[in-house]
Amino acid sequence: MAKKKAKNKTHIKRKERIKPKKVIPNAPKEETKRELKISAIEEGTVIDHIPTDAAFKIVEILDLENQKGIVSIATNLQSKSIGKKGIIKVGGKSLTQDEVNKIAIVAPDATVNIIKNYYVKEKIKVKTPEIIDNVVKCSNPVCITNNEQVPTKFYVAKKDPLKIKCHYCERSMGKDDIEII
Amino acid sequence: MDLKNRDIISINDFSKEELLHILKVVKQVESNPKNNLLKGKILAALFFEPSTRTRLSFISSMEQLSGTIIGFSTANVTSIQKGESLWDTIKMTGQYADVIVIRHPLEGSARLAAEAASIPVINGGDGSNQHPTQTMLDLYTIQKTKGRLENLHIGFVGDLKYGRTVHSLVIALANFNPTFYFIAPDDLQMPESYLDELFQKKVKYHKTSDLTRFSKELDVLYVTRIQKERFPDPLEYEKFKGIYRIDGAFLQHVKKDLKIMHPLPRIDEIDKSIDNTEHAAYFGQAANGIPVRKALLALVLGKIK
Ligand SMILES: [Zn+2]
Repeated sequence: MAKKKAKNKTHIKRKERIKPKKVIPNAPKEETKRELKISAIEEGTVIDHIPTDAAFKIVEILDLENQKGIVSIATNLQSKSIGKKGIIKVGGKSLTQDEVNKIAIVAPDATVNIIKNYYVKEKIKVKTPEIIDNVVKCSNPVCITNNEQVPTKFYVAKKDPLKIKCHYCERSMGKDDIEII
Repeated sequence: MDLKNRDIISINDFSKEELLHILKVVKQVESNPKNNLLKGKILAALFFEPSTRTRLSFISSMEQLSGTIIGFSTANVTSIQKGESLWDTIKMTGQYADVIVIRHPLEGSARLAAEAASIPVINGGDGSNQHPTQTMLDLYTIQKTKGRLENLHIGFVGDLKYGRTVHSLVIALANFNPTFYFIAPDDLQMPESYLDELFQKKVKYHKTSDLTRFSKELDVLYVTRIQKERFPDPLEYEKFKGIYRIDGAFLQHVKKDLKIMHPLPRIDEIDKSIDNTEHAAYFGQAANGIPVRKALLALVLGKIK
Protein backbone atom coordinates (compact mmCIF):
# COMPACT_ATOMS: atom_id res chain seq x y z
CA MET A 1 0.00 0.00 0.00
CA ALA A 2 1.34 3.41 -0.92
CA LYS A 3 1.62 5.80 1.94
CA LYS A 4 0.86 9.42 1.33
CA LYS A 5 3.81 11.64 1.78
CA ALA A 6 3.18 13.97 4.65
CA LYS A 7 6.31 16.03 4.46
CA ASN A 8 4.61 19.03 6.03
CA LYS A 9 4.40 17.05 9.27
CA THR A 10 8.15 16.73 9.31
CA HIS A 11 10.26 19.57 10.54
CA ILE A 12 12.44 20.20 7.57
CA LYS A 13 15.28 22.58 8.08
CA ARG A 14 17.27 22.83 4.93
CA LYS A 15 20.72 24.29 5.27
CA GLU A 16 19.87 26.05 8.48
CA ARG A 17 22.69 27.78 10.19
CA ILE A 18 21.69 27.55 13.79
CA LYS A 19 24.44 27.32 16.33
CA PRO A 20 24.07 24.33 18.57
CA LYS A 21 23.63 25.20 22.20
CA LYS A 22 26.48 22.98 23.13
CA VAL A 23 29.54 22.23 21.07
CA ILE A 24 30.02 18.51 20.56
CA PRO A 25 33.15 17.93 22.60
CA ASN A 26 34.32 14.69 21.05
CA ALA A 27 33.46 15.27 17.44
CA PRO A 28 36.25 15.74 14.90
CA LYS A 29 36.71 19.29 13.68
CA GLU A 30 35.33 18.69 10.22
CA GLU A 31 32.30 17.06 11.75
CA THR A 32 31.67 20.09 13.95
CA LYS A 33 31.66 22.37 10.96
CA ARG A 34 29.12 20.22 9.18
CA GLU A 35 26.99 19.91 12.28
CA LEU A 36 26.48 23.66 12.22
CA LYS A 37 24.41 23.38 9.10
CA ILE A 38 21.70 21.51 10.90
CA SER A 39 20.71 21.76 14.51
CA ALA A 40 22.37 19.42 16.98
CA ILE A 41 20.32 16.99 18.96
CA GLU A 42 20.51 15.94 22.55
CA GLU A 43 19.17 12.40 22.14
CA GLY A 44 18.59 10.47 18.97
CA THR A 45 20.21 9.42 15.74
CA VAL A 46 22.24 11.19 13.08
CA ILE A 47 22.37 9.55 9.67
CA ASP A 48 25.22 11.00 7.63
CA HIS A 49 26.76 10.45 4.20
CA ILE A 50 23.43 9.86 2.51
CA PRO A 51 23.44 10.32 -1.29
CA THR A 52 21.52 13.57 -1.57
CA ASP A 53 18.63 12.10 -3.58
CA ALA A 54 18.14 9.28 -1.07
CA ALA A 55 17.39 11.44 1.98
CA PHE A 56 13.65 11.56 1.46
CA LYS A 57 13.55 7.86 0.64
CA ILE A 58 15.08 7.17 4.03
CA VAL A 59 12.35 9.27 5.60
CA GLU A 60 9.88 6.92 3.93
CA ILE A 61 11.73 3.71 4.77
CA LEU A 62 12.03 4.58 8.46
CA ASP A 63 8.55 6.11 8.54
CA LEU A 64 10.03 9.24 10.06
CA GLU A 65 7.04 11.35 9.10
CA ASN A 66 5.17 9.66 11.93
CA GLN A 67 7.90 10.33 14.49
CA LYS A 68 7.01 12.20 17.64
CA GLY A 69 10.39 13.86 17.99
CA ILE A 70 11.99 16.48 15.78
CA VAL A 71 13.22 15.24 12.43
CA SER A 72 15.65 17.46 10.57
CA ILE A 73 16.61 16.80 7.00
CA ALA A 74 19.38 18.55 5.10
CA THR A 75 20.21 17.89 1.49
CA ASN A 76 22.72 19.22 -1.04
CA LEU A 77 25.48 19.57 1.53
CA GLN A 78 29.03 19.44 0.20
CA SER A 79 30.92 16.26 0.89
CA LYS A 80 34.50 15.40 -0.02
CA SER A 81 33.76 11.70 -0.41
CA ILE A 82 30.40 11.58 -2.17
CA GLY A 83 29.95 15.04 -3.73
CA LYS A 84 26.56 16.23 -2.56
CA LYS A 85 25.18 14.54 0.51
CA GLY A 86 22.29 14.56 2.90
CA ILE A 87 22.00 14.33 6.67
CA ILE A 88 19.00 13.29 8.72
CA LYS A 89 18.68 13.85 12.43
CA VAL A 90 16.02 12.07 14.37
CA GLY A 91 15.42 13.42 17.84
CA GLY A 92 14.55 11.01 20.63
CA LYS A 93 14.95 7.84 18.62
CA SER A 94 17.85 5.42 18.56
CA LEU A 95 17.82 3.35 15.39
CA THR A 96 18.29 -0.40 15.71
CA GLN A 97 20.67 -2.42 13.52
CA ASP A 98 17.67 -3.78 11.58
CA GLU A 99 16.44 -0.28 10.85
CA VAL A 100 19.92 0.80 9.88
CA ASN A 101 20.19 -2.09 7.45
CA LYS A 102 17.02 -1.00 5.71
CA ILE A 103 18.80 2.22 4.79
CA ALA A 104 21.44 0.22 2.92
CA ILE A 105 19.07 -0.19 -0.02
CA VAL A 106 19.35 3.50 -0.87
CA ALA A 107 22.41 4.62 1.09
CA PRO A 108 24.97 1.82 1.37
CA ASP A 109 27.74 4.18 2.59
CA ALA A 110 25.73 6.01 5.21
CA THR A 111 27.07 6.31 8.72
CA VAL A 112 24.72 6.19 11.65
CA ASN A 113 25.54 7.83 14.98
CA ILE A 114 23.49 7.25 18.06
CA ILE A 115 23.53 10.41 20.17
CA LYS A 116 23.11 10.53 23.95
CA ASN A 117 23.39 13.88 25.74
CA TYR A 118 24.98 15.48 22.64
CA TYR A 119 27.69 12.83 22.55
CA VAL A 120 28.12 10.18 19.91
CA LYS A 121 27.44 7.14 22.02
CA GLU A 122 27.63 4.55 19.28
CA LYS A 123 28.42 4.34 15.58
CA ILE A 124 26.52 1.75 13.59
CA LYS A 125 27.76 0.57 10.22
CA VAL A 126 25.22 0.11 7.49
CA LYS A 127 25.15 -3.50 6.31
CA THR A 128 23.17 -4.60 3.28
CA PRO A 129 20.81 -7.26 4.61
CA GLU A 130 20.49 -10.68 2.95
CA ILE A 131 16.72 -10.37 2.95
CA ILE A 132 14.68 -7.20 2.54
CA ASP A 133 11.28 -7.54 4.19
CA ASN A 134 8.40 -5.31 3.21
CA VAL A 135 10.40 -2.23 2.25
CA VAL A 136 10.59 -2.45 -1.53
CA LYS A 137 7.76 -2.70 -4.05
CA CYS A 138 8.11 -5.35 -6.76
CA SER A 139 8.55 -3.78 -10.19
CA ASN A 140 6.62 -6.60 -11.84
CA PRO A 141 2.98 -5.49 -12.28
CA VAL A 142 1.76 -9.10 -12.50
CA CYS A 143 3.56 -10.13 -9.32
CA ILE A 144 1.17 -11.50 -6.69
CA THR A 145 2.49 -8.89 -4.21
CA ASN A 146 1.05 -6.12 -6.38
CA ASN A 147 -2.33 -7.79 -6.58
CA GLU A 148 -2.96 -9.28 -3.17
CA GLN A 149 -2.25 -7.88 0.28
CA VAL A 150 1.01 -9.62 1.06
CA PRO A 151 4.25 -8.23 2.49
CA THR A 152 7.03 -8.17 -0.10
CA LYS A 153 10.26 -10.07 0.38
CA PHE A 154 13.46 -9.77 -1.64
CA TYR A 155 16.74 -11.64 -1.59
CA VAL A 156 19.88 -9.61 -2.13
CA ALA A 157 21.65 -11.26 -5.06
CA LYS A 158 24.42 -8.69 -5.43
CA LYS A 159 25.40 -5.90 -3.07
CA ASP A 160 27.26 -3.53 -5.33
CA PRO A 161 25.60 -2.55 -7.55
CA LEU A 162 22.54 -3.67 -5.70
CA LYS A 163 20.57 -6.46 -7.35
CA ILE A 164 17.61 -8.01 -5.59
CA LYS A 165 15.28 -10.88 -6.48
CA CYS A 166 11.60 -11.12 -5.58
CA HIS A 167 10.83 -14.10 -3.33
CA TYR A 168 7.47 -14.51 -5.07
CA CYS A 169 7.75 -13.79 -8.81
CA GLU A 170 11.56 -14.37 -8.91
CA ARG A 171 12.13 -11.26 -10.99
CA SER A 172 15.46 -9.50 -10.54
CA MET A 173 15.55 -5.77 -9.94
CA GLY A 174 18.46 -3.36 -10.20
CA LYS A 175 19.04 -0.23 -8.15
CA ASP A 176 17.10 1.92 -10.64
CA ASP A 177 13.93 -0.19 -10.44
CA ILE A 178 13.74 0.03 -6.68
CA GLU A 179 10.69 1.76 -5.36
CA ILE A 180 9.95 2.01 -1.67
CA ILE A 181 6.54 0.80 -0.50
CA MET B 1 16.19 -38.39 0.42
CA ASP B 2 12.71 -37.55 1.64
CA LEU B 3 10.55 -35.13 -0.31
CA LYS B 4 7.45 -35.70 1.82
CA ASN B 5 5.48 -32.47 2.28
CA ARG B 6 7.84 -30.65 -0.05
CA ASP B 7 6.36 -27.88 -2.20
CA ILE B 8 7.19 -27.98 -5.92
CA ILE B 9 7.19 -24.28 -6.75
CA SER B 10 10.31 -23.37 -8.70
CA ILE B 11 13.08 -25.32 -10.36
CA ASN B 12 15.46 -22.99 -8.49
CA ASP B 13 14.47 -24.70 -5.23
CA PHE B 14 16.00 -28.03 -6.26
CA SER B 15 19.59 -29.18 -5.97
CA LYS B 16 21.22 -31.40 -8.56
CA GLU B 17 20.94 -34.36 -6.17
CA GLU B 18 17.24 -33.75 -5.65
CA LEU B 19 16.62 -33.47 -9.39
CA LEU B 20 18.45 -36.74 -10.01
CA HIS B 21 16.51 -38.41 -7.22
CA ILE B 22 13.20 -37.24 -8.70
CA LEU B 23 14.22 -38.53 -12.15
CA LYS B 24 15.12 -41.89 -10.61
CA VAL B 25 11.68 -42.11 -9.04
CA VAL B 26 10.03 -41.15 -12.35
CA LYS B 27 11.80 -44.06 -14.02
CA GLN B 28 10.72 -46.37 -11.22
CA VAL B 29 7.08 -45.22 -11.49
CA GLU B 30 7.14 -45.57 -15.26
CA SER B 31 8.50 -49.11 -15.29
CA ASN B 32 6.52 -50.35 -12.32
CA PRO B 33 3.20 -48.53 -11.95
CA LYS B 34 1.68 -49.26 -8.56
CA ASN B 35 -1.92 -48.51 -9.25
CA ASN B 36 -3.17 -48.17 -5.69
CA LEU B 37 -0.34 -45.98 -4.49
CA LEU B 38 -2.47 -42.90 -3.79
CA LYS B 39 -5.71 -44.59 -2.76
CA GLY B 40 -7.51 -42.45 -0.19
CA LYS B 41 -5.53 -39.33 -1.12
CA ILE B 42 -7.24 -36.20 -2.44
CA LEU B 43 -5.75 -33.79 -4.96
CA ALA B 44 -7.20 -30.28 -5.14
CA ALA B 45 -6.65 -29.02 -8.68
CA LEU B 46 -7.10 -25.25 -8.54
CA PHE B 47 -6.97 -23.85 -12.06
CA PHE B 48 -7.48 -20.10 -11.94
CA GLU B 49 -6.87 -19.99 -15.67
CA PRO B 50 -7.54 -22.67 -18.23
CA SER B 51 -4.72 -25.05 -19.14
CA THR B 52 -6.26 -28.17 -20.51
CA ARG B 53 -3.08 -30.17 -20.98
CA THR B 54 -1.58 -29.55 -17.55
CA ARG B 55 -4.90 -30.12 -15.84
CA LEU B 56 -5.67 -33.35 -17.67
CA SER B 57 -2.16 -34.61 -17.04
CA PHE B 58 -2.48 -34.09 -13.27
CA ILE B 59 -5.99 -35.55 -13.17
CA SER B 60 -4.98 -38.58 -15.18
CA SER B 61 -1.86 -39.11 -13.02
CA MET B 62 -3.93 -38.99 -9.83
CA GLU B 63 -6.63 -41.29 -11.19
CA GLN B 64 -4.12 -43.84 -12.45
CA LEU B 65 -2.85 -44.08 -8.88
CA SER B 66 -6.42 -44.45 -7.51
CA GLY B 67 -6.51 -41.01 -5.91
CA THR B 68 -9.46 -38.60 -5.84
CA ILE B 69 -9.67 -35.14 -7.39
CA ILE B 70 -11.55 -32.04 -6.30
CA GLY B 71 -11.20 -28.48 -7.55
CA PHE B 72 -12.21 -26.14 -10.32
CA SER B 73 -10.94 -25.26 -13.74
CA THR B 74 -11.67 -21.57 -14.11
CA ALA B 75 -11.72 -18.76 -11.63
CA ASN B 76 -15.28 -17.67 -12.41
CA VAL B 77 -16.96 -20.59 -10.67
CA THR B 78 -15.37 -19.92 -7.30
CA SER B 79 -15.68 -17.38 -4.59
CA ILE B 80 -12.65 -15.62 -6.07
CA GLN B 81 -15.04 -13.41 -7.98
CA LYS B 82 -16.64 -12.45 -4.71
CA GLY B 83 -13.30 -11.04 -3.68
CA GLU B 84 -11.90 -13.86 -1.58
CA SER B 85 -8.15 -13.64 -1.40
CA LEU B 86 -5.91 -16.36 -2.79
CA TRP B 87 -4.55 -16.82 0.73
CA ASP B 88 -8.01 -17.59 2.13
CA THR B 89 -8.94 -19.86 -0.78
CA ILE B 90 -5.81 -21.92 -0.24
CA LYS B 91 -6.25 -22.03 3.55
CA MET B 92 -9.77 -23.33 3.02
CA THR B 93 -8.75 -25.87 0.38
CA GLY B 94 -6.10 -27.24 2.71
CA GLN B 95 -8.89 -28.55 4.95
CA TYR B 96 -10.31 -30.75 2.19
CA ALA B 97 -7.31 -32.16 0.37
CA ASP B 98 -3.90 -33.79 0.84
CA VAL B 99 -2.10 -31.98 -1.96
CA ILE B 100 -2.80 -28.91 -4.09
CA VAL B 101 -1.94 -28.19 -7.71
CA ILE B 102 -2.34 -24.53 -8.55
CA ARG B 103 -2.33 -22.78 -11.91
CA HIS B 104 -2.67 -19.01 -11.64
CA PRO B 105 -1.98 -16.10 -14.01
CA LEU B 106 -0.14 -14.02 -11.39
CA GLU B 107 3.58 -14.60 -10.89
CA GLY B 108 4.52 -15.72 -7.41
CA SER B 109 0.99 -16.96 -6.69
CA ALA B 110 2.17 -20.55 -6.22
CA ARG B 111 4.81 -19.45 -3.69
CA LEU B 112 2.16 -17.56 -1.75
CA ALA B 113 -0.15 -20.57 -1.93
CA ALA B 114 2.59 -22.78 -0.49
CA GLU B 115 2.98 -20.35 2.41
CA ALA B 116 -0.75 -20.37 3.06
CA ALA B 117 -1.20 -24.14 2.88
CA SER B 118 -0.14 -26.69 5.47
CA ILE B 119 -0.27 -29.41 2.79
CA PRO B 120 2.19 -29.65 -0.13
CA VAL B 121 1.59 -27.38 -3.13
CA ILE B 122 2.65 -28.10 -6.70
CA ASN B 123 2.97 -25.20 -9.12
CA GLY B 124 1.16 -25.93 -12.38
CA GLY B 125 2.32 -22.62 -13.84
CA ASP B 126 2.34 -19.12 -12.32
CA GLY B 127 2.08 -16.61 -15.15
CA SER B 128 5.29 -16.50 -17.13
CA ASN B 129 7.40 -17.36 -14.09
CA GLN B 130 7.70 -21.08 -13.34
CA HIS B 131 6.24 -24.39 -14.45
CA PRO B 132 8.52 -26.85 -12.64
CA THR B 133 6.72 -30.07 -13.63
CA GLN B 134 7.25 -29.12 -17.29
CA THR B 135 10.95 -28.58 -16.59
CA MET B 136 11.21 -31.94 -14.85
CA LEU B 137 9.53 -33.75 -17.73
CA ASP B 138 11.89 -31.99 -20.15
CA LEU B 139 14.86 -33.17 -18.06
CA TYR B 140 13.46 -36.67 -17.91
CA THR B 141 12.97 -36.71 -21.69
CA ILE B 142 16.57 -35.69 -22.29
CA GLN B 143 17.87 -38.28 -19.82
CA LYS B 144 15.68 -41.00 -21.33
CA THR B 145 16.43 -40.29 -25.00
CA LYS B 146 20.13 -39.47 -24.62
CA GLY B 147 20.91 -41.89 -21.80
CA ARG B 148 22.56 -39.13 -19.79
CA LEU B 149 22.31 -35.49 -18.72
CA GLU B 150 26.01 -34.66 -18.36
CA ASN B 151 28.13 -32.94 -21.04
CA LEU B 152 25.43 -32.49 -23.66
CA HIS B 153 25.37 -29.91 -26.45
CA ILE B 154 21.88 -28.45 -26.33
CA GLY B 155 20.35 -25.93 -28.73
CA PHE B 156 17.32 -23.77 -28.05
CA VAL B 157 15.53 -22.14 -30.97
CA GLY B 158 12.58 -19.77 -31.28
CA ASP B 159 11.32 -17.29 -28.72
CA LEU B 160 14.02 -17.41 -26.08
CA LYS B 161 13.15 -14.02 -24.65
CA TYR B 162 9.71 -14.86 -23.29
CA GLY B 163 9.90 -18.65 -23.28
CA ARG B 164 9.38 -19.71 -19.69
CA THR B 165 10.06 -23.37 -20.47
CA VAL B 166 13.44 -22.48 -21.97
CA HIS B 167 14.51 -20.31 -19.02
CA SER B 168 13.70 -22.95 -16.41
CA LEU B 169 15.23 -25.79 -18.40
CA VAL B 170 18.44 -23.84 -18.97
CA ILE B 171 18.80 -23.28 -15.22
CA ALA B 172 18.11 -26.93 -14.45
CA LEU B 173 20.54 -28.19 -17.11
CA ALA B 174 23.25 -25.83 -15.88
CA ASN B 175 23.89 -28.47 -13.18
CA PHE B 176 25.13 -30.96 -15.77
CA ASN B 177 28.05 -29.26 -17.54
CA PRO B 178 26.20 -28.49 -20.78
CA THR B 179 27.16 -26.38 -23.78
CA PHE B 180 24.23 -24.23 -24.88
CA TYR B 181 23.43 -22.77 -28.30
CA PHE B 182 20.83 -20.01 -28.22
CA ILE B 183 19.38 -19.63 -31.69
CA ALA B 184 17.08 -16.62 -32.09
CA PRO B 185 16.90 -13.21 -33.74
CA ASP B 186 18.34 -10.47 -31.51
CA ASP B 187 14.89 -9.28 -30.47
CA LEU B 188 13.98 -12.71 -29.13
CA GLN B 189 17.33 -13.75 -27.62
CA MET B 190 17.87 -15.02 -24.07
CA PRO B 191 17.46 -12.28 -21.44
CA GLU B 192 20.72 -10.87 -20.07
CA SER B 193 19.81 -11.92 -16.53
CA TYR B 194 19.92 -15.59 -17.57
CA LEU B 195 23.14 -15.16 -19.51
CA ASP B 196 24.66 -13.50 -16.42
CA GLU B 197 23.60 -16.44 -14.31
CA LEU B 198 25.16 -18.91 -16.78
CA PHE B 199 28.35 -16.88 -16.86
CA GLN B 200 28.53 -16.99 -13.06
CA LYS B 201 27.99 -20.75 -13.14
CA LYS B 202 30.74 -21.06 -15.76
CA VAL B 203 28.38 -22.62 -18.29
CA LYS B 204 29.54 -22.43 -21.93
CA TYR B 205 27.08 -20.92 -24.39
CA HIS B 206 26.91 -19.53 -27.93
CA LYS B 207 24.41 -17.05 -29.34
CA THR B 208 23.44 -16.99 -33.00
CA SER B 209 20.52 -16.17 -35.25
CA ASP B 210 21.57 -18.83 -37.75
CA LEU B 211 19.86 -22.18 -37.29
CA THR B 212 22.44 -24.20 -39.22
CA ARG B 213 25.59 -22.58 -37.83
CA PHE B 214 26.03 -25.02 -34.94
CA SER B 215 23.61 -27.71 -36.06
CA LYS B 216 26.32 -30.38 -36.39
CA GLU B 217 27.29 -29.91 -32.74
CA LEU B 218 23.88 -30.55 -31.26
CA ASP B 219 22.80 -33.56 -29.20
CA VAL B 220 19.41 -32.02 -28.43
CA LEU B 221 17.46 -29.22 -30.13
CA TYR B 222 14.68 -27.70 -28.07
CA VAL B 223 12.23 -25.89 -30.36
CA THR B 224 9.73 -23.31 -29.12
CA ARG B 225 6.84 -21.52 -30.71
CA ILE B 226 7.00 -17.83 -31.50
CA GLN B 227 3.78 -16.61 -29.94
CA LYS B 228 1.66 -14.05 -31.71
CA GLU B 229 0.33 -12.60 -28.46
CA ARG B 230 3.85 -11.47 -27.51
CA PHE B 231 3.88 -8.86 -30.25
CA PRO B 232 1.82 -5.70 -29.89
CA ASP B 233 2.43 -4.98 -33.58
CA PRO B 234 1.18 -7.70 -35.96
CA LEU B 235 3.83 -6.67 -38.50
CA GLU B 236 6.54 -7.54 -35.98
CA TYR B 237 5.04 -10.97 -35.60
CA GLU B 238 4.94 -11.44 -39.38
CA LYS B 239 8.65 -10.64 -39.43
CA PHE B 240 9.57 -13.48 -37.07
CA LYS B 241 6.83 -15.97 -37.90
CA GLY B 242 8.21 -19.07 -39.54
CA ILE B 243 11.85 -17.90 -39.63
CA TYR B 244 13.04 -21.17 -38.14
CA ARG B 245 11.69 -24.31 -39.67
CA ILE B 246 12.86 -27.78 -38.80
CA ASP B 247 12.37 -29.87 -41.93
CA GLY B 248 14.00 -32.55 -44.05
CA ALA B 249 16.57 -30.10 -45.42
CA PHE B 250 17.67 -29.16 -41.90
CA LEU B 251 18.24 -32.80 -41.04
CA GLN B 252 21.00 -32.92 -43.66
CA HIS B 253 23.13 -30.85 -41.25
CA VAL B 254 22.67 -32.71 -37.95
CA LYS B 255 24.11 -35.59 -35.95
CA LYS B 256 22.42 -38.93 -36.52
CA ASP B 257 21.32 -39.12 -32.91
CA LEU B 258 20.07 -35.54 -32.54
CA LYS B 259 16.85 -35.46 -30.54
CA ILE B 260 14.32 -32.74 -31.27
CA MET B 261 12.05 -31.57 -28.46
CA HIS B 262 9.11 -29.15 -28.35
CA PRO B 263 6.77 -28.34 -25.42
CA LEU B 264 3.79 -28.43 -27.86
CA PRO B 265 1.50 -27.27 -29.29
CA ARG B 266 3.49 -26.45 -32.41
CA ILE B 267 2.39 -24.22 -35.26
CA ASP B 268 4.73 -24.86 -38.16
CA GLU B 269 8.17 -24.85 -36.48
CA ILE B 270 8.57 -28.58 -37.01
CA ASP B 271 7.49 -30.11 -40.28
CA LYS B 272 5.21 -33.15 -39.95
CA SER B 273 7.70 -35.18 -41.99
CA ILE B 274 10.01 -35.14 -38.95
CA ASP B 275 7.43 -36.95 -36.80
CA ASN B 276 8.31 -40.39 -38.09
CA THR B 277 12.08 -39.98 -37.83
CA GLU B 278 14.32 -41.11 -34.98
CA HIS B 279 14.94 -37.43 -34.24
CA ALA B 280 11.41 -36.69 -33.03
CA ALA B 281 11.25 -36.75 -29.22
CA TYR B 282 8.34 -34.35 -28.74
CA PHE B 283 5.46 -36.81 -28.54
CA GLY B 284 7.35 -38.95 -26.07
CA GLN B 285 8.17 -35.76 -24.19
CA ALA B 286 4.46 -34.94 -23.84
CA ALA B 287 3.73 -38.51 -22.70
CA ASN B 288 6.41 -38.23 -20.01
CA GLY B 289 4.17 -35.72 -18.24
CA ILE B 290 2.22 -38.60 -16.70
CA PRO B 291 5.07 -40.53 -14.98
CA VAL B 292 6.68 -37.25 -13.89
CA ARG B 293 3.49 -35.98 -12.24
CA LYS B 294 2.75 -39.39 -10.74
CA ALA B 295 6.22 -39.49 -9.22
CA LEU B 296 5.95 -35.96 -7.82
CA LEU B 297 2.53 -36.62 -6.30
CA ALA B 298 3.78 -39.85 -4.70
CA LEU B 299 6.94 -38.14 -3.42
CA VAL B 300 5.29 -35.14 -1.78
CA LEU B 301 2.61 -37.37 -0.29
CA GLY B 302 5.34 -39.53 1.23
CA LYS B 303 4.30 -42.69 -0.62
CA ILE B 304 7.69 -43.08 -2.26
CA LYS B 305 10.93 -42.05 -0.62
ZN1 LIG C 1 7.60 -9.93 -7.47
